[in-house]
Amino acid sequence: MTLTVLYAILFYAAAILFIGGIARKIYIYAKTPAPLKIPTTPAPLTKPGVAWRIIKEITVFQSLFKSNKWIWIFGWLFHFGLLLVLLRHLRYFIEPTWFWIDLIQPFGKYGSIAMVVGLFGLWARRFLVDRVRYISSPSDHLMLLLLISIGLTGMLMTFFIPINIVAVKGFIMGLMTFDLQPLPGNAVLLIHLALVIALLVVFPISKLLHAPGLFFAPTRNQRDNPREQRHVQGWSAEG
Amino acid sequence: MAKETVTAPKYREFREIPVIVEGAMANSKPYAAKPAHQESVGFPGELVDNWQDVAVKKLGELVSGSRALQVFLDTCVKCGACTDKCHYYIGTQDPNNMPVARQDLLRKVYRRHYTFAGKYFPKLVGALDFTEEVRDLWYSYFHQCSQCRRCSVFCPYGIDTAEISMAGREVLDSIGVGQKYCNEILGKVHKIGNNLGLPEPALVDTLEGLEEDLEDDTGHKIRVPVDEKGAEVLLITPSADFFAEPHIDGLMGYAKVFHQAGISWTLSSYASEAANFSMFIGSHENLKKAAMRIREAALELGVKRIVVGECGHAWRVAYSFWNTLIGPFDFLDKAYPSPSHICEVTYGLLQKGAIKLDKEANDHRIITFHDSCNVSRASRMGNMPGGQFVIPRALLKAAANNFYDMAPETIHENTFCCGGGGGLLTDELMDLRVKGALPRMEALAEVVEKYDVNTLVAICAICKTQFAKVLPYYKFPMDMITSLHQVVGDAIVLGGNH
Repeated sequence: MTLTVLYAILFYAAAILFIGGIARKIYIYAKTPAPLKIPTTPAPLTKPGVAWRIIKEITVFQSLFKSNKWIWIFGWLFHFGLLLVLLRHLRYFIEPTWFWIDLIQPFGKYGSIAMVVGLFGLWARRFLVDRVRYISSPSDHLMLLLLISIGLTGMLMTFFIPINIVAVKGFIMGLMTFDLQPLPGNAVLLIHLALVIALLVVFPISKLLHAPGLFFAPTRNQRDNPREQRHVQGWSAEG
Repeated sequence: MAKETVTAPKYREFREIPVIVEGAMANSKPYAAKPAHQESVGFPGELVDNWQDVAVKKLGELVSGSRALQVFLDTCVKCGACTDKCHYYIGTQDPNNMPVARQDLLRKVYRRHYTFAGKYFPKLVGALDFTEEVRDLWYSYFHQCSQCRRCSVFCPYGIDTAEISMAGREVLDSIGVGQKYCNEILGKVHKIGNNLGLPEPALVDTLEGLEEDLEDDTGHKIRVPVDEKGAEVLLITPSADFFAEPHIDGLMGYAKVFHQAGISWTLSSYASEAANFSMFIGSHENLKKAAMRIREAALELGVKRIVVGECGHAWRVAYSFWNTLIGPFDFLDKAYPSPSHICEVTYGLLQKGAIKLDKEANDHRIITFHDSCNVSRASRMGNMPGGQFVIPRALLKAAANNFYDMAPETIHENTFCCGGGGGLLTDELMDLRVKGALPRMEALAEVVEKYDVNTLVAICAICKTQFAKVLPYYKFPMDMITSLHQVVGDAIVLGGNH
């Protein structure tokens, strides 16, 4: 029971830091003025055009694709795998599960493989490519280690050491309804969850902010219409 | 840096990405601004006493006033996509010339003072205090960035190193550590009206000489007017156009176009400069102040349109920033977008049949076109995205029979900087400039080899000056570099139909 309470407290604290931290950052990004028009051109002229540009960046990593095929392959494998894994995990949060979450379960399994393969590829570049080695800080390595550890502990439970997922779901649903249910005392599960808690905590104070940040980059989200529409903001709006 | 020590790097046989050579360009730095230069643009004359505090505070202010900085400093994941995209990295192999590493020089200080991780775990995230050593690194490497934005095309998050190096230079200026080239020139613009410091009588004299040359060459009375009230067009062009080859031939080209189309136009001796080096140093007060002369001149002369001559960063400032800085342009003729690029004007006249070009006049030229970075990645021409690539090429193809593009990965939005942009066009940086030109020269060498290209056309005063200097280091004749409107001017059919 002590373990359940401890993890419950950690999860609540992490959730507050995660949501609060990201909300704070998004607020800062949104309220900081963009005084000049600086889209990287050629840029779309219309709002739907800008939306399409950003959708392409989010879904197929368009700029990265142009830039470097190795980073693109590994990065896309990781992110797409992660998406499938996260969708698979929705089953722990929703009762009864929606039909498409049931459908996606097996793909989530393959997703975990893609995710870890992608992460190892990205990590290998930090050692093998002199330019990337030069720019890597300890935190860059630790972040990959953290994500890989989360992936591997998850896969361990999925493929080799099945755990009582009904009980895990009970614990998580209990957290959401403020009705604590016992957490199974499986070591791999506890490590997995502790690492996820760590990830939630570091998210808003680390480079993981690239996720919300992408939407706010003026180089990508501004329309190319400075002649047609006068743009003033921040210092450019003052006198 | 003595000129004789400068040699061009070898072409890379397979365009392989060069390995890093740490500290390769650590000694490259431009001359420091003298107190008078600093003060002429509103910065402290010399290093202020509490420079560390002032710099950190200034950095914080800049970040909280710029969404770009705020986002860019957070979002980099160090993926490495940009590491091989900078011409200065390719040419020098110095790892601090990788865009991400250049950004990190500033990001590390920002993290140390303004982020949780940097305040409490500096080693873990590589955060640094703003020490003298870091200050020197900033001065050296923020002056090895031509703010060409090539990295921002390839960054998955759109991070633009130009924004970072502008901010870095502004922080340095604010503590009294300015760069002579930019700040001295900017002071001249504020005082006299152009980068060259060419006063009105000298300008008038030069332009009269030009009219005589034009008449001798063509037999037509083609005017190059200045300060003529009531003209339809105010032409704002880089002052290099008044002064040096190949720029001046471009100016004569504009004059021929206006003459043949029957458009009355004028230059202004008060606003005799399109360039606005304030952008290079990130100073918005100076940016606005220098641009304001143009609004004032347009109102004073009572013109209907403003047209901008061939200049890269000037076109960025005009196209992207003027409406913000000195707009609205409600006093001008609504029928024309303001400002217009001279290429847009000429292209429009060509479409309407108001001018005719005789391609055979350029049969001695085999032409390629260098897309200037600020035109390509920070502005537009015409009414569709990418018009800045289409229109200059359409003009060249209409004016000449022989046109060949360089390799696709080196043109349009992928274009490589000439190596002299962003306020680096100064002799003491010649080594950097020659090395930075490497990828452009490699692409040029290919079309020279394949198609016997003998003419490199550009629409930027900095590109033209840089190429005139750098081409010989790569065994090309310096007069290969040609203004677009020289090619147009040579082909234009004068007389007759207007």
